Amino acid sequence: MNEKKQSTMKRLLATRGMGAVLTAFAGLIIIYIAFGIIDRNVFSGQNVMNLLRSMSKYLLIGVGQSYLLITGNIDLSIGSMVGMSAMISATLMTMGITPVVAMMVAMICCLLCGVVNGVLVGKFKLPPFIATLGTMFVTRGAAYMVNNNRNTDAIATGIGKEAGDSFQNFFYYGKTFGIFNTFWIALILFLVFFFLLSKTRTGRHIYAIGSNVDAAKLSGVNVVYTTIKAYLVSAVCACVVGFILCAQAGMGNMEAGNMYEMYGVAAGVIGGISPLGGTGLLLGTFAGAAVWQTLENGLNMIGAQVGIQRLVIGIIVVFSVLLDVVVRSGSFKKKAQ
Amino acid sequence: MGEVIVSMKNIVKTFPGVKALDNVNFELRSGEVMALLGENGAGKSTLMKILSGVYTKDGGTMTIFGKEYEALTPRQAQEVGVAIIHQELNMCRHLTVSENMFLGREKVRGITLKNSEMEAEAARILGDLKIDIDPRQTVGDLPVSKQQMVEIAKALSIHAKVLIMDEPTSSLTAKEIEELFRIIRKLRADGCGIVYISHRLEELAAIVDRVTIMRDGQYITDGIFAEMTMDKIIANMVGREIKEQFPRVSCTKGKKIFEVKNLNAGKLVRDINFSLYEGEIVGFAGLMGAGRTETTRAIFGADPKTGGQIFLDGEEVKINCPMDAIKAGIVLAPEDRKKDGLCTKLSIRQNLALPNLDLICSSLGVINSGKEDALCEEAVKNLLIKTPSVEINAANLSGGNQQKVVVGKWLARNSRVVIFDEPTRGIDVGAKVEIYNLMNKLKQEGIAVMFVSSEMPEVLGIADRVIVMCDGRITGEVMAQETTQNEVLKYATEFEKKQAG
Repeated sequence: MNEKKQSTMKRLLATRGMGAVLTAFAGLIIIYIAFGIIDRNVFSGQNVMNLLRSMSKYLLIGVGQSYLLITGNIDLSIGSMVGMSAMISATLMTMGITPVVAMMVAMICCLLCGVVNGVLVGKFKLPPFIATLGTMFVTRGAAYMVNNNRNTDAIATGIGKEAGDSFQNFFYYGKTFGIFNTFWIALILFLVFFFLLSKTRTGRHIYAIGSNVDAAKLSGVNVVYTTIKAYLVSAVCACVVGFILCAQAGMGNMEAGNMYEMYGVAAGVIGGISPLGGTGLLLGTFAGAAVWQTLENGLNMIGAQVGIQRLVIGIIVVFSVLLDVVVRSGSFKKKAQ
Repeated sequence: MGEVIVSMKNIVKTFPGVKALDNVNFELRSGEVMALLGENGAGKSTLMKILSGVYTKDGGTMTIFGKEYEALTPRQAQEVGVAIIHQELNMCRHLTVSENMFLGREKVRGITLKNSEMEAEAARILGDLKIDIDPRQTVGDLPVSKQQMVEIAKALSIHAKVLIMDEPTSSLTAKEIEELFRIIRKLRADGCGIVYISHRLEELAAIVDRVTIMRDGQYITDGIFAEMTMDKIIANMVGREIKEQFPRVSCTKGKKIFEVKNLNAGKLVRDINFSLYEGEIVGFAGLMGAGRTETTRAIFGADPKTGGQIFLDGEEVKINCPMDAIKAGIVLAPEDRKKDGLCTKLSIRQNLALPNLDLICSSLGVINSGKEDALCEEAVKNLLIKTPSVEINAANLSGGNQQKVVVGKWLARNSRVVIFDEPTRGIDVGAKVEIYNLMNKLKQEGIAVMFVSSEMPEVLGIADRVIVMCDGRITGEVMAQETTQNEVLKYATEFEKKQAG
């Protein structure tokens, strides 16, 4: 029994890409403790709760983008889809439509975008950078048009007050077992997509087309469907993040989710996901999102300006990949000798 | 020999502008190894891609196991029992052995993968073939020979009864080839039909039962291998008699041009000393991984050196990067054409001009297209590059013509030393002779030629002097016309004694 446990442990450690994940978690702990030493409030329960909540957005976006990075593609439209989802759900709710229906409409629109992305990239072989650049502008345009180029009013007013409040509680302000709902939602979706990627046939195919699309095709993998599925995952993630932002603001903001596609890339890359495809673990994305949020949170707590925050985060992204490259070339040299 | 399992009749396939296959006939029986022979561009790979479902035929009939098929997808072909092992191995490098073997037909329980079951079955199949590979290992970490074994195991795991191998031995060592042949013999005994495509005619005798010969997209002949002579096979492939497989010209050995002293670069280049003289071709023989390619790269400045001196015409030259070497007049035609030798997405013109831009640009860096045209024209003419135009992509040329472009881009400069690393790998008999002639021409012009090759007959046939390497050291030096293959092999296997304890 004990022996078997040990071998699973060993196997887990031997998983490809686990090294990068562990490095990211180690970095996370170091960063967290460093900030905690500067400002004790970083360790406070209140701050941890807030940290988990604000990290959730980056985690979901990171998961969506990681799926694409692993297939060797990218989704630039994620951030705009977030905005579109927030605007559609908010607009419908201000019109008195129940949140569930509003959310379903938003989700359908996002899934549609995901299918379009997947078909353009998978079937018509458009470079993913270009295809999703297009859908990025289209979905942002849609976000503007939903409420006639204006942000919406507050969702929790008038006849929809009760429904709007419960929507805001469900996605942002409420707690379950002492932790904000936002984190639970992100965690559940993370676990679902973690399972999908590591334990199912679809997940295996996603790694395969990222590693060698020709080999995958010749082995009978349906590259078009697999690509579409990956874009659908990012659409779902983007849509849920849209709900979270909508609930947080209590209204629809046309610029919601601006730049989020890049935050997603950063979270994935810090966690060791190769933008060239074929490698990476979603656990890494978890660590990457946490590193990102801890940095932002810590820099805020110690009163650093926004400019400094951006600068530090930029350096961390490049540094984490640089570290990976150096470590890998180092181990490669050792092997050759 | 068993019954006919694959029968292809009057197969036609047209690509834009080219008739790749013109009424080709092909027949395979169970329990035989059928060699499919022909020069590059003869249509062998195209024919086999039709059989394995990668391409669709435009005309003709294809019968597999008694059933006629109009068009197949790769997946359907696998289900029928046809598996192909591609020339460029098609594996997902990031996935494990068992993941690759079961790719596209994973075993699942509900929606979860049954990993341990797949690993157990992979281990069983590998064990049956007596291949020592852990199914959990990542494929990218395995040497090429092992990756190929995995491809074969993968084919067997789908119960393939028709196995197509496209140039399976092109990157294997002699020992690995023996291992491969052992497995092929086992498969043949089990009743599989094996199609074997290879340019290495000398290895056919060890394994082949029958041959089918193609030329220029047409079926030429087939027959039992034992009843054919090698000369007849070559004549059928090339369509003309090749007078000399290894043309040799004799020159008088002149003055010393190039000298390498105590070159060191990593474990595979240790204390290398040698000289090249005017009017001679120096062959570098050895097994795969002996450090020959690494030596050429270190000389050329592509990899860092840890020590050593390089002299050209008696003067020391400092080479820290390829640019230094090119300026000094030392050029390298590298081993891997597609990876190191060519920009495959660029045209032949752009490839030929790339290292010579300094010669054809004005002082402001603007390309003089007149000079570029002249340079390309001369290269195409001198090297007999067969192409409709210099504007087509290098990727679209056959292997032999690609190799000529790789060489051609260096010959526009007045180089003093030309290093060829495996220049004839994967190219056909006719193109090989043209490459040999080219080396001979350089030799006559007084240029020092360093010729790295793993094919013993061509080293002994073309080089004047042969330096043998093993384990990153030079272990022997012999005159090509006074030595035997056995002597070279003896030097090539002079491994360092492992220290006891």
